[in-house]
Amino acid sequence: MFERFIPVLLVLGVAGAFSGVFLAISFLLGPRRPDALKDSTYECGIPARGSIQIRFFVRFFLVALFFLLFDLEAVFLYPWVVLYKGLLASGAGGFALTEMGVFLLVLLTGFLYVWKKGGLEWQ
Amino acid sequence: MDILTALLQGLPGFGGMSDQGLFITGAAVMATLMFTVMALCAIVFTWMERKVAGFIQSRYGPMRTGRWHGWAQAVADMLKILGKEDIIPAEADKGLFVFAPLVVLLGSLLAWVAVPWAPGFVAADLDLGLFFIFAASSMVVIGILMAGWASNNKWALYGAARGAAQMVSYEIPLALATIPVIMHVGSLNTQDIVIAQQGGIWHWFILRDPFLFVAFWMYFIASIAETNRGPFDMPETESELVAGYHTEYTGMRFAFFFLAEYANLFLVSLIAVFVFLGGWWSPIPGLDFAPALTFVIKGILMVFLNMWVRWTLPRVRVDQLMYLCWKVMIPVTLLCIVGSGILMITSGAVG
Repeated sequence: MFERFIPVLLVLGVAGAFSGVFLAISFLLGPRRPDALKDSTYECGIPARGSIQIRFFVRFFLVALFFLLFDLEAVFLYPWVVLYKGLLASGAGGFALTEMGVFLLVLLTGFLYVWKKGGLEWQ
Repeated sequence: MDILTALLQGLPGFGGMSDQGLFITGAAVMATLMFTVMALCAIVFTWMERKVAGFIQSRYGPMRTGRWHGWAQAVADMLKILGKEDIIPAEADKGLFVFAPLVVLLGSLLAWVAVPWAPGFVAADLDLGLFFIFAASSMVVIGILMAGWASNNKWALYGAARGAAQMVSYEIPLALATIPVIMHVGSLNTQDIVIAQQGGIWHWFILRDPFLFVAFWMYFIASIAETNRGPFDMPETESELVAGYHTEYTGMRFAFFFLAEYANLFLVSLIAVFVFLGGWWSPIPGLDFAPALTFVIKGILMVFLNMWVRWTLPRVRVDQLMYLCWKVMIPVTLLCIVGSGILMITSGAVG
């Protein structure tokens, strides 16, 4: 079972090794002349002002929350989706679809609530 | 993979090898091959993008390097970038800053493992294939956030936050749009998905039923957003954020982001091809003499379509981007799933 994932590890290893080689070549070939101005934060040519810890639009956090919910929903969908054809063949297709319909309906209710509350507006 | 092990077995010196040894050697060869293909496609596509952009804007694009239509321009760029200074800003979080490009690159490359190039020719024949691809390519978001945060630069941070918001949002319609196809196949294995589309263009999933047709276009739009390309290139809007999350990167580390972007572009195009557009099958049945070539050509055509869109449409605003994803694409893809399910029951057609 898990030996199928060996190529995945190998790809990681090979890609990491090649990236390392490229970085090493660029390290050997490239110049290194650091100075204070070059190493300063780039802010379009003027000295950087203030801290980087700026205030963030709260919507970014909301999007992260919605993503978690919907991604979980997608994860729940996958097993059903893989089995759906088999269920259809064994005559339980209608039942399977209703089951998933109920699940989606519950989700949709929450989705509509968020929509109505303005959670999806980006203003 | 099976083809590769069979090939290796025929080579002198490999004949006496155990099955496991052959398997691992084959996988290592495949991994090297894939990295080469990725680097090569990044080089070819940068040139292609500049030519396509040029012709769309009534100019030539690169013409000098290498005489014929500036074909060597991208190679020259790559060589040049190897000799550039690697600047790490004094304010940056060094560990994260150094590591972030690798996470982005490895994330996009890892997903390539499950791409079915030809019958039996896939680096890792995973039962979870398509799921694995989406899971692995999610790593890119982490890399982008790392890069933006570690740069300690306001532009980079804004770009990273936008990029993360956009990529996680569009991941949902991207994954949901492929679900009707999996319903028809009954498997997440990438080989099975392609095999289910055998026998001419009308067996491809894009033309199987109207819901799948809609799902394909939903997938296509989401894939453009997922690769952060125009008209959805909010993370690096040059006019607002300098270069977004890779503002502070130079030399090879910048090149890694660039490589990853084109690797991702080709990846989402290849996914579109093997999920909706028949994978390695040719449009006319019986002409399947070069499956891998057919697959790559279709992939390149999809990349071309992507470039066409990028250089034709103006950039959208952030609120339009979120509107499109949450209020249009997610409901439509959910509708496609339900519609396809009902259609499968009523038509009684299984498969």
